[in-house]
Amino acid sequence: MVQLTINNIKVNAEAGMTILDAAKSVGISIPTLCHLKNLFPSGACRICSVEVEGMRGLIPSCAYPVNEGMVVETNTPRVRSARKTIVELLVENHPQDCLICVRNKNCELQNLSEQYGLREHRYSGESKEHAIDVSSASMERDPAKCILCGRCVRVCHEVQHIGAIDFTNRGFNTIVTTPYNKGLNISDCILCGQCILVCPTAALREKSALKDVANALKNKNKYTIVQVAPAVRATLGEEYNMPLGTDVTGQMVTGLRRLGFKKVFDTNFSADLTIMEEATELIHRIQNGGSLPMFTSCCPGWVKYAEHNRPEILPHISTCKSPHEMEGAVLKTYYAKKMGLKPEDIYVVSVMPCTVKKYESARGELAEQTMADVDAVITTRELVRFFKMAGIDFDDLPQDSFDNPLGESTGAAAIFGTSGGVMEAALRTAYFKISGKELDNLDLEAVRGLDNVKEASIDINGLTVNIAVVNGIGNVGPILDDVAAGKSKYHFIEVMTCPGRCINGGGQPIHQKQDKVVKRMKALYQIDANMKLRKSHDNESVKTLYKEFFIEPNSHKAHEILHTEYFDRK
Amino acid sequence: MHNHIFEKYPAKDKSQLIPLLQDVQAIYGYLPELALQEIADYVGLPLSRVYGVATFYNQFRLTPLGENIIRVCRGTACHVKNSANILYALESALKIKAGETTRDRKFTIEIVACIGACSIAPVMTVNDDYHGRLTVKDVPTILKKYQTTTKPKASAEPEVKLA
Ligand code: SF4
Ligand code: SF4
Ligand code: FES
Repeated sequence: MVQLTINNIKVNAEAGMTILDAAKSVGISIPTLCHLKNLFPSGACRICSVEVEGMRGLIPSCAYPVNEGMVVETNTPRVRSARKTIVELLVENHPQDCLICVRNKNCELQNLSEQYGLREHRYSGESKEHAIDVSSASMERDPAKCILCGRCVRVCHEVQHIGAIDFTNRGFNTIVTTPYNKGLNISDCILCGQCILVCPTAALREKSALKDVANALKNKNKYTIVQVAPAVRATLGEEYNMPLGTDVTGQMVTGLRRLGFKKVFDTNFSADLTIMEEATELIHRIQNGGSLPMFTSCCPGWVKYAEHNRPEILPHISTCKSPHEMEGAVLKTYYAKKMGLKPEDIYVVSVMPCTVKKYESARGELAEQTMADVDAVITTRELVRFFKMAGIDFDDLPQDSFDNPLGESTGAAAIFGTSGGVMEAALRTAYFKISGKELDNLDLEAVRGLDNVKEASIDINGLTVNIAVVNGIGNVGPILDDVAAGKSKYHFIEVMTCPGRCINGGGQPIHQKQDKVVKRMKALYQIDANMKLRKSHDNESVKTLYKEFFIEPNSHKAHEILHTEYFDRK
Repeated sequence: MHNHIFEKYPAKDKSQLIPLLQDVQAIYGYLPELALQEIADYVGLPLSRVYGVATFYNQFRLTPLGENIIRVCRGTACHVKNSANILYALESALKIKAGETTRDRKFTIEIVACIGACSIAPVMTVNDDYHGRLTVKDVPTILKKYQTTTKPKASAEPEVKLA
């Protein structure tokens, strides 16, 4: 422990702590821009400057450790004026279009401009001009709005281990971009959107599909159906200032109905369906000497990563479509027939926590004949904008429940949104399928939580099944090396691109609040715990679907409609 | 063509990036895209980082040089004598920007800060030849002359031409 003084307040701080964190512990907030918690400080922006007695220059508090007896001032005229100048220079080299910007009112640059009282343009000069990269199906890059904080670069390199973008050129010409400034669509980017979540401005953002959805809703010939991913209900409330981890399923369903969708279905239904298919596929591979280990396939970012970087792994990835694609496929086949609808008249919208799903829904092979399984994907953030535009006052909405039959789900499906969830859900069902008995304890603590890689061994009727859960694509490398070398001891591996999984997906609300991942996770486990039915094979609507249509999991028909294929894109 | 260079360096060693880039550039006169990817794989860095380094330092080029290298002086004296117009005339005649090479690889335009020939400003060099007291009207004639030569002139004595 060391003792120091910050703004005349005595502070006890742990050795090695930064001035920034020590100040925070006593309620003194210091602005930051380039700083990212848990990553090595970069010290690039200097907005966190403070005065330290005995030191000449201003000190970047995010990168400077506390010392015994240190005397720090965070709020002197000199500090304030230095910070203000930094903000002014950033603002002058930034487009002045806040009023029509997608991050209006949720922009760190805007906040700083307000905080430091910018009221006039004191500097003028050349400002950068760059084209917007709209090449990918999921995201847009607008380098003119970039303030070069480098947060996206560090997340992409240090957390995701992808490294699709970096600083290029130098001085005034510096720009964060892909090699050769090519479109994201032909770069190494897997469109995970983790960079969007950390960008302080709108330089990185999703590609919006709201116009398409609005057009479909006003088209009288379209039967519009919406489905919502498990993770969205646990985060949507944050956009309305509700506490982290508030479950807003009921209001969300009402809101979607008021937007005009004919049916409001739940992707959790097809999460249960996915488990039936995937568990069956796993058992089949184990019993018939198929490619093992088998990897989960519900994360399109992971699939894209494997296709681009590790094509030799592709036979190991389950052939199951991801849940929302399955839901779309069932809607345009079974449901269309049942309801007497023409499949081409059905317009399926997925509300997803994810940016990659936009790209996924545009993949040619995820279609029945020439019709895409899913017509449009919008993110949690886009849904909130849609609600606002439609005058839907979320706080005062009554609760409603999903339509049936594709709205029924079990607790196993609810936890699909969090790391380890697919594994846990699949094991609940695989255990039953192999042994004919139910697991005594449905809560598989070993696969829960935020560790980078979680592993467990489960004994099913004398058969030991070794499993692993990879939490974040940045941790998958060594596991893939083992598989490629034939050394992997696992049978089944869950891989999800985003750290924490879909609850922390690239389409989720943007803010830097602490513990967001943990609290959102808790919400999903709570939904599971509250369910009467907690195993996918107990879902009555799924059972009916097999009885009336697919006959059994992995049947010929199921393969045609619910499974897919992958391509070497190296 | 550059594979033997890798043998000199330990694999997966990030600190070897810059010497490797220099060696590869020494072979081609620039850093071809494929070579950059191979270097990235060899040192174990994403291509974006290697590209970032290659664009940060002035010593690295990402495009091949043309047969004729035009250097336009944009130093103070030449600036006062309107060298911006000379540059603009070159750029529009060759349909490239400074720093770029024409598609037929005949010409590269570069900007230099001061060539040290202020007395004949505005001035540009083509390969080793100096062309001074330029006006926009001189540009087509000069270009034409080099358009027809196939090899860059390797004259021992640099020519100085005053318009
Ligand atoms: S979307 Fe993901 S992979 Fe692409 S640049 Fe952003 S962080 Fe990197
Ligand atoms: S794109 Fe955003 S996160 Fe990346 S450097 Fe620019 S401002 Fe920072
Ligand atoms: S936040 Fe400390 S230098 Fe940027």
